[in-house]
Amino acid sequence: MSANTAVTPSTLSQRDLPWQIDWDIRTCTLCGRCTAVCPVNAIEFGTFRKRTIFTPPLGLLDKRTDKPSGQQDRPSSTSSVYYGIRQRTDPAYACIGCAMCNMVCPNNAIKPHKSESTDLLRFHRDRGGQPRTRGGRRNSGDSVLDQIKFMRISMLTDPALDAGRHEFELRTLIGRILPPAEALKTQRENGWMPPVREIYPLMIGSMSFGALSPNMWEGLQMGVAYLNEELGMPVRMCTGEGGCPPRLLRSRFLKYVILQIASGYFGWDEIVHAIPHMKEDPCAVEIKYGQGAKPGDGGLLQWHKVNQLIAAIRGVPPGVSLPSPPTHQTKYSIEEAVAKMIQSMSMAWGFRVPVYPKISASSTSLAVLNNLTRNPYAAGLAIDGEDGGTGAAYNVSMNHMGHPIASNLRDCYLNLVKLGKQNELPIIAGGGTGKNGNLAANAAALIMLGASAVQIGKYIMQAAAGCLGSEGDRCNICNIGRCPKGITSQDPRLYRRLDPEQVAERVVDVYVGFDTELKKIVAPLGRSTSLPIGMSDALGIADRFAAERLQIKYVV
Amino acid sequence: MCRLFSLTSSVPISPMRAIEALDVMKEGHDGSGIGLFLTDLAGPFQDCKHLPILSGIFTHAGLRRMEEFMSSQGFTPGYRLTLEAKESPPPGTPKRDIYLSQVFEPPSAWTDLAPAVRERELTKTRLALRHMGQAEEDMVVFSFWPDVLMIKEVGDPMEIGQYLGLDREEVYAGRILAQGRQNTNYGINLYACHPFFIQGVSTMTNGENTAFVPIKEYLGSQGVPGYEGYQSDSEVFTHILHFTLKGLGLSLEAYKHVITPLQDDDLEAHPDRDFLHTMKQACRRLIIDGPNCVIGCLPDKTMFMVQDRKKLRPGIVGGRPGLFAFSSEACGLDAAIPDRDKSKDFQPMHLDTAIVSPDCQEVRICRQTQPLPHQH
Repeated sequence: MSANTAVTPSTLSQRDLPWQIDWDIRTCTLCGRCTAVCPVNAIEFGTFRKRTIFTPPLGLLDKRTDKPSGQQDRPSSTSSVYYGIRQRTDPAYACIGCAMCNMVCPNNAIKPHKSESTDLLRFHRDRGGQPRTRGGRRNSGDSVLDQIKFMRISMLTDPALDAGRHEFELRTLIGRILPPAEALKTQRENGWMPPVREIYPLMIGSMSFGALSPNMWEGLQMGVAYLNEELGMPVRMCTGEGGCPPRLLRSRFLKYVILQIASGYFGWDEIVHAIPHMKEDPCAVEIKYGQGAKPGDGGLLQWHKVNQLIAAIRGVPPGVSLPSPPTHQTKYSIEEAVAKMIQSMSMAWGFRVPVYPKISASSTSLAVLNNLTRNPYAAGLAIDGEDGGTGAAYNVSMNHMGHPIASNLRDCYLNLVKLGKQNELPIIAGGGTGKNGNLAANAAALIMLGASAVQIGKYIMQAAAGCLGSEGDRCNICNIGRCPKGITSQDPRLYRRLDPEQVAERVVDVYVGFDTELKKIVAPLGRSTSLPIGMSDALGIADRFAAERLQIKYVV
Repeated sequence: MCRLFSLTSSVPISPMRAIEALDVMKEGHDGSGIGLFLTDLAGPFQDCKHLPILSGIFTHAGLRRMEEFMSSQGFTPGYRLTLEAKESPPPGTPKRDIYLSQVFEPPSAWTDLAPAVRERELTKTRLALRHMGQAEEDMVVFSFWPDVLMIKEVGDPMEIGQYLGLDREEVYAGRILAQGRQNTNYGINLYACHPFFIQGVSTMTNGENTAFVPIKEYLGSQGVPGYEGYQSDSEVFTHILHFTLKGLGLSLEAYKHVITPLQDDDLEAHPDRDFLHTMKQACRRLIIDGPNCVIGCLPDKTMFMVQDRKKLRPGIVGGRPGLFAFSSEACGLDAAIPDRDKSKDFQPMHLDTAIVSPDCQEVRICRQTQPLPHQH
C-alpha cells in the first residue's frame, strides 16, 4: 500500500491478521500453484519494485587512477522489479491457515503461521452487517474429557485382562429396552416389543448429504459397509438432515444408516416415496431438535453448496440457502414433539425401527429426558454437547451457545438411575469426542459417565478425510463450499481431490484402531463381558469441582 | 480372595466342619472375617421352622431397643439362643455384648397375609432394625427369616468358631454357607461380610465384581425393599438371584443367563434363543463382569455354584449322596469330605451351574447351551 492511499476503518496490515503467510523468495519457483489452490484467494501474484543503493567503500583507492575503486566514483541507486507472492489484507480475503499453499508448493517456499498477537480481523468480519458465519468447531482446546483418567486398574484383587487375546463383547443397544419383567411378559404373550438394534458403541454422527461432498459421503458409507460386512463390526452412520440418495434408500445398505429428520424435513419426500421399495429397514430414525454446535438454531446449508444434485435430493430449487427453522413447525410443545413425531415416524415403518430425538445439550435436557421416559415409543436420547462441529453456523452460536456434554450426560444418566430406567432409554452422547485426538479415551469416559453410545463427526472428518480444522480457528470454511480437501464442497473440481475408496479405508483404520484402544482401556479395568456403561467408579479427575459435579473420584 | 465353603447334608451337621475347611484353605488370606448362613436347622429351632428368626449382634442398649420395637410391632418373642463367649475375643475381634438368634411369633394380623406380602413385611422389619442399628451403632441385623441363622464376625474364622463355641448342637444345620473373608476394596464392616441374605436367598462370592457400581445403581433404584446396603460388591449377586427368582419368576437355571448371557453365536444355536435374546437385552444391566465364583442357597434348600464368563476364580463341587460340598479350593473339599469319589468332583466352567437339589443325592450340571427347563 502506498503512503498516500486512503486508510479505511477496515484497512488492516498483515500483522492484524490471525494467519500470516511466510514466503521465501529464495526457494519460490513462481509456479503459481499456491495462488491457484488458495480457497479464499488470500494470496496473489505480486509484482515488487526493489531499489538498490550503491556506495563505494571508503578509503579503497585504485592505485592506477588514484580514485576510489569500483565502476563509479560516487554513490548511486538502481531500481529493479521482481515477482512473488503477496498476502491480501482485505478482511474478505484473510488467510484461513489451511496451508494448502504449502501442500502444493514444490519447494516448501510458502506457509501460513498463526499470529502470536491478537488479531484485529475479528472486529471487521461483519461487513455489510453480515456477522461472521463459518463451519467447523468451537475452537477451544479445553476438554474435561481429556482430563478424566481411568484409575480403577485391576491389580491383584481381580486380574487385569489381556486386551490382545481376551474375548470382548463391547456392543451397545439402541432402542427402548423394556424392564426385565415386562420384557419377558411381552415375549411370553407375543406382544409388541420395541425394536432394539445391537450396534457398535461408536457411531458416525449426523452429517448431511449436502454438508458433505458426494465423495465424502460415499467414502463413509463404503467404510461403514466394509466394517459391517467384512469385519463384523456393526457400525452405524447417521444421515443428518438432507435426505439420502435414492439408490441407497433402496439398497441393502440402508440397514447401516440412521435416517435423520429435522425441522427442514429436507429429503423426506424422497424417503417417504422410497418406503415401499425399501429392501431393509433403516437402523433407526433420529429426530433432530438441536445440535451441539449451534443449539437453538436450525440446520444451515448455504446457497454455495446447493447444486442440482443436492437440490434434487432435498426437493428445493438450486442455489438458495437452506436455513432450517430452529424448531419443527408443526409442534407447539414438548409433549407434541415427543409423542406425535416419535409415533408418526415409528408408524411409517410399522413400529419396527427405533426412533429417538437428538437435542443440543442444554440445562433443559432433563425435561426432555423425563418426557421421553414416559413415552413407550421413544428409543433413546442423543445429546450433542457444545464442542460438536457443524457445516455452517453463526460464529456467535458456535462460540458462545451450548452446554458441555460431560455434566449434561451425567445429569441425564443419574436422573435415569433415580428413576430406575438406566439403559432402558439409551443415551447417545457426542460433541467434542476426540477433539484433541484422544478418541478412545474420550469415548470410554463418556460411556463410563453413562452414555450407551458415542457419536463422532469432526473426528471422522479429520481422521478419515484429512479435514484441516483444528481448535485454533483454522480453515473453518465448510459453509461456503470451498473446502480445500473436498470434504464439504459440492464443487467437483474440489471434491475430486477426495478419493472415496481412501476415505473408506481410513474409516476402517479409525474403527479398528479405536477398537483396540477401547479394549486397552476396558481390559485393565477387568471389563469384557459387557460395555461398562455408567462404571463411574473407574473414573478420576484432578479437579475437585469437576469431580463433585460429575460424581466421580477426585484424584491428585 | 475370599475362601468359600458350603455343605449340603441330609442330616444336620456342625458349622465347624465348614470352618475347618476354611482353615485348611486359609494359607495366604488375612482372615478378616467369617460369615455363616445356616438353614434347615436342627435342635431347638427345628420345632419352630415356620417362625422367623432374628439374627444379629447387639449391645445391651440395642437389645432393649430391639425388644421394644418388636413388641411395638406386635411380635412375640420365642426361643432365644445367645452365643456366650466366656474368654476375651481373639486378636482383631471386637468385644460384643450379645450374639443373638431369636425366634419371633409374628403379629396375629399376619395370619391372613399372602405369602409374598408376609415375606415383604419380614424384610421391612429387618430393614427397620438395621436402620435403627446403623443410626445408633447398637445393633447389626443379618437376617429375619424362618429357619435361617446368620452369624458374622470380624477376625480369623477358626478362632471365632472356637471363641463362639459354634460346635454346639443348637446351631447344627443341614445347609451351611461359610465364608472366610479376605478384605480387598472396602472397610472392614460386618455388613460387607458374606454370605448375603434376602428373603431366603443367600449367596457368597470370591473375587471381585468389576461391574459393581452400575449394577448397584440399577438394583437400588428398582424400589424393591432390601436392595440396599452394598457395603460389599458381592451383595449384588444375592439380589440379582432374588430378582431372577422372585422378580422375574424364573428358575435357578436362568440365573446364569442373567449374569453371564451367552454370546451371539451360542445364542443363535440355542433352542430357547428368542427367550434368551429378550432376557439378554432386558437384563443387560445385571451382567456381571467377574471374576467371581458364586455359591448360594435357595429358599427350597437347593445349593449351587456358578462362575462368571471369565472363569478366573477357583471353585469345586464334590461329595457323596447325603453330603456334598461346594468349595473355592479342592483342599477344603478334601478336608471336609475325604471319603468321596474324587473322580466325580466337578469344577464348573464358564457355562456351568452346578446344582445339588434338596434331596442331596447328586450334583447336577446345567450348561447354558442346554435347553432351559420350562420357565413359568
